[in-house]
Amino acid sequence: MIPYLVKRLLEMIPTLLGITILSFLIIHLAPGKPTDVLTEMNPKITPEARERLEKYYGLDKPVYTQYGLWLKRIVKFDFGESFSTDRRPVIEKIWDTKQPLMERRLFITFVINALSMLLIFLIAIPIGVFSATHQGSFSDKVTTVTVFVGFATPGFWLALLLMMLFGIHLGWLPISGLKSMDYNTLSVFGKIWDRAEHLILPVFISSFGGLAGLSRFMRGSMLEVIRQDYITVARAKGLHENTVVYRHALRNALLPIITLLGLAVPGLIGGSVIFENIFGIPGMGQLFYMSVMTRDYPLVMGILTIGAFLTLLGNLLADIGYMLTDPRIRAK
Amino acid sequence: MQYFRGFIPILIGVPRSPVPNTFGIGMRMNENTASTMIDINFINDTGAVAVRMRKILYLILVFLIIFGCRHKAPENEKQGVKAVSDEPAYGDALVAGSIGEPSILIPMLAGDSASHDVAGLIFNGLVKYDTDLSVIGDLAESWDISPDGLVITFHLRKGVRWFDGVEFTAEDIMFGYKTIINEKTPTAYQEDYLQVKKAEVPDPYTFRVTYRKPFAPALTSWGNLVVLPKHLLEGKDIAKTDFGRNPVGLGRYKLRTWTPGQDVILESNRDYFQGRPYIDRYIYKIIPDPATMFLELKAGGIDYMGLTPIQYTKQTDTRYFSGNFQKFRYPVFAYTYMGFNLRHPFFQDKRVRQAIAYAIDKKEIVDVVLFGLGKPATGPYVPDTWPYNPNVRTYGYDLEKAKALLKEAGWKDTDGDGLLDKDGSPFVFTILTNMGNSLRMNTATIIQWRLAKIGIKVDIRVLEWSTFINEFIDKRRFQAVILGWSIGLDPDQYDIWHSGKTKEKEFNFIGYKNPEVDALLEQGRRTFDTEERKKAYFKIQEILAEELPYIFLYVPDATPIVHARFRGIKPSPIGISYNLYRWYVPKALQRHAAMEP
Amino acid sequence: MNGRMKKSPLKMYWKRLRQNKLAFIGGVMVLVLFLVAAFASIFSPYDPNEIDRHNILNPPSFTHPLGTDELGRDIMSRMVWGSRISLAVGFVAVGIATLIGILLGSLAGYYGGWAERIIMRFIDIMLSIPTFFLILAVIAFIGPSIWNIMVIIGLTSWMGVARLVRAEFLTLKEREYVLAARALGVSDLMIILKHIMVNSMAPVFVSAILGVASAILVESALSFLGLGVQPPTPSWGNILTSGKDNIEIAWWLSVFPGLAILITVMSYNLFGEGLRDAIDPRLWGTEEQ
Repeated sequence: MIPYLVKRLLEMIPTLLGITILSFLIIHLAPGKPTDVLTEMNPKITPEARERLEKYYGLDKPVYTQYGLWLKRIVKFDFGESFSTDRRPVIEKIWDTKQPLMERRLFITFVINALSMLLIFLIAIPIGVFSATHQGSFSDKVTTVTVFVGFATPGFWLALLLMMLFGIHLGWLPISGLKSMDYNTLSVFGKIWDRAEHLILPVFISSFGGLAGLSRFMRGSMLEVIRQDYITVARAKGLHENTVVYRHALRNALLPIITLLGLAVPGLIGGSVIFENIFGIPGMGQLFYMSVMTRDYPLVMGILTIGAFLTLLGNLLADIGYMLTDPRIRAK
Repeated sequence: MQYFRGFIPILIGVPRSPVPNTFGIGMRMNENTASTMIDINFINDTGAVAVRMRKILYLILVFLIIFGCRHKAPENEKQGVKAVSDEPAYGDALVAGSIGEPSILIPMLAGDSASHDVAGLIFNGLVKYDTDLSVIGDLAESWDISPDGLVITFHLRKGVRWFDGVEFTAEDIMFGYKTIINEKTPTAYQEDYLQVKKAEVPDPYTFRVTYRKPFAPALTSWGNLVVLPKHLLEGKDIAKTDFGRNPVGLGRYKLRTWTPGQDVILESNRDYFQGRPYIDRYIYKIIPDPATMFLELKAGGIDYMGLTPIQYTKQTDTRYFSGNFQKFRYPVFAYTYMGFNLRHPFFQDKRVRQAIAYAIDKKEIVDVVLFGLGKPATGPYVPDTWPYNPNVRTYGYDLEKAKALLKEAGWKDTDGDGLLDKDGSPFVFTILTNMGNSLRMNTATIIQWRLAKIGIKVDIRVLEWSTFINEFIDKRRFQAVILGWSIGLDPDQYDIWHSGKTKEKEFNFIGYKNPEVDALLEQGRRTFDTEERKKAYFKIQEILAEELPYIFLYVPDATPIVHARFRGIKPSPIGISYNLYRWYVPKALQRHAAMEP
Repeated sequence: MNGRMKKSPLKMYWKRLRQNKLAFIGGVMVLVLFLVAAFASIFSPYDPNEIDRHNILNPPSFTHPLGTDELGRDIMSRMVWGSRISLAVGFVAVGIATLIGILLGSLAGYYGGWAERIIMRFIDIMLSIPTFFLILAVIAFIGPSIWNIMVIIGLTSWMGVARLVRAEFLTLKEREYVLAARALGVSDLMIILKHIMVNSMAPVFVSAILGVASAILVESALSFLGLGVQPPTPSWGNILTSGKDNIEIAWWLSVFPGLAILITVMSYNLFGEGLRDAIDPRLWGTEEQ
């Protein structure tokens, strides 16, 4: 098992390199330079001042040199400094060691995505199983249609509708940010609840499409498994139907789900750009959107690379999970 | 994987099985080749899973209802917000919503308005503007200007202290001045200070500066850009210190906490030399989206924001709003225009530009885009300010005149396709404008629609800001643009209209050349006599209105809204936030008194 | 048994498709939407660009069945023309993705060895970067325009097809008729095109249909963010942007375009899924018995 793991880790390296090259190439598709945003349309700026700024940000070296230098620094997690006027190190903008853990952007996005995955897992699996065990029935058809609707719903649309419903008309849930204004005056339980309230809508929206997808897949997987011979054997043995379904079928059907969860990571990360903007959540997605809008090269590359790295990590964990749960591989 | 990816799907799926396996494990899900079909309909255990799920859902719903009541929108709140005793009191907090986040709290290093808004509360300048647009002293008690206008001597207040207790002296200004003209400082604002020939500190409370030539905007340039604590920053590279995120100032508010991406919290300076501000805290809450911000306003999460025209007219007229908020409206020091590339053959003939002006109904634009919250512009100055000339040529909506002028200039529809043409070229051009500004986009759309009626086809292209500036404006690769200028309170507009300012990246990017205007611009800069300056600027406006290098479109109104519990707001030509530190909330209405000191 | 099935596979597919009611409805909707888009000028009551300062932000009424927007333009007309954009983006993007996917997938599947390894590695790389991030970054740098987003969406969604095609090739290239063709000296290209490709097209076609749905969702998300179709060209996504900005006073700007996207995507999904079931050999069992 261990050598297998090592092999997998080594395999990740060329992939990671490829990712960095790809991100780097993309950035240089762009015409123009990031210092333009800094100087805006201010009539008081002379050409000399602008050139000075450009030199300052190091944009006058050739492309491959820039890449080489950048790569050397990435290994140390140094993604350079953001081009925005605060000039903070990119890594600090994503993972600010000066701030409490709960306030760091990457952590925030991570938590929301993790919660989404949890939610998806908890809800989609029962739905999938239910659909599979009642295949063809009316409830199955209704669930199918609902799931299809869910999958076809643009997340940002749903976000707006829910925001209006729960945030304004009913006033049940807060609509932006991660905590209330008077957070610091709350009791411990109050604080926990406050955070939870703020997370409800974002997590729900984030997990929405995935819910639909995973439940469909679960259904399909269950159906596949149920057709297997060993299920017939189990039934023939006279086992209670529940045992057949939940002990034998489900366990086998769950195996590919684990891989799927790993594959869900890029989608969740990508989706965070939209809902973090709509709900004003200070996570990595919002930072990415802003950095893209302001052409903040180092920040864009940093987040793209980190996002990709996280995805690889997610896949690795999924594979490990698969490895651990599937006795056939463990035996290798 | 087609199904499963958060909520944004990736294109094109893979078959249901084999399970796609990224990293080479060749496992396939159903090992058995001969799969037999089982009739699974006999499984009868319908209830268990469904019932369990339903129970969970009910629980969640109940949970939400119980705990959700905390955040009910304050609909039934305070009918009598306005009818309470009005005495100034200390306390409470003002939560302002902002779309942008400050990037750095050092005025000279910041390029964005969010940074300046916050830094302006932390740092004072030597002088500032009064409500009648005259210049009054801030950190400078008084000043003398030599008869030839070349030397300004500032007499500074005594006893003003930086937040760390050290006294503010003229050395700090000198330090600020030296920093801003230093090559290594990444600032965009040093132009005005390069005009200075010599700066001196004769004594700790006097700062004297000598200019090479008379420079009218000189006095007002000594704002908060150059006031920095020498004792904290001397010898350090200002851009690399932590000062930008933890500034030590001497103004009305000091920085308490800055949570990146969320908010900036300022607390009042109890020892402020003009008196402690009433409002204890100023919280700048970052919400990147105006629609969300408005929802927060309604829900009571923020107290102060700038409304969009639609929000101002259509969404804030309910009883709830009139009972709980106060709205304001005043012209902004800015104007929006359509600029022509004067090097383009189409636009070199003045008659063509005038014809386009006749074909545009500015009133329509103000009505539709601004909902009436603004005024048509006739020149580069804000109506009712002293440099504004009310008697220049105007161009009402007149399609016939437009067509006649175009005909005169040689444009006819010779091939019957509905488009005007001349020498074989149809009259088609592209308007460029920047992304993220729906007002400009809508303005362009209206112009497109109107010009279609006289046979001109307009394409609209919206570009991201830096691409726009770098690839198109700077390289002069455009035909027409819709942009805006934020005009300072000083009427000098040399950089925009002078024919010498047409090099790459300079601001006369349309290529306007008029020697008479050049001379007038010089005239306006080099004298301190307001009447003389006025004459020059009036004549400039006359010429611009005749030649129309820009079609001046409109001057928008600012439409801020503040919660009704705040008193002491006095609208003026320079807005409402100039006296923020004099706003207060009567004791009985204070909301955030519960926050720790 | 095999011989009987091979006689009229298309008829088989059709019969199975019709039996799946949902999928059939989906198919009909797909057709309807296509017709509306193709004949937009007939279905659109007004000029989608006509500005009407007296009818700004009107709720649905007889004169404007789906209301008007902030410039007084009729929403129904804009949505009809917008459907053109959405479908166009969907088809072209999917076209590009499918072509690339077929190309790379067949190369990987047929030749194996280094080609396969490199291509699969490339697929891994592409799949490791959050796709939406990638699209956003590229578009923000090269600028949003209809062509750009078509190409970008296409360039980031070929991976599934490639895998699919490769899997098909792997199975099919060991079949007897292929080995026979090889033995006869038929060129590789001919084998690929005539024998293998033709047989693997059905799942690719299904993938394409489902892909159109995905592409429409991505395009609408991009347009919503302001990085897709640029106004004043109408697209469902960018009408939703106005919807968001006016969410309290103009519910029709949010509801109808969102609903349109929903219905369109769902139709394509149902139709695609139905097709998939129809051609899935493992589901044929019961009837043939």
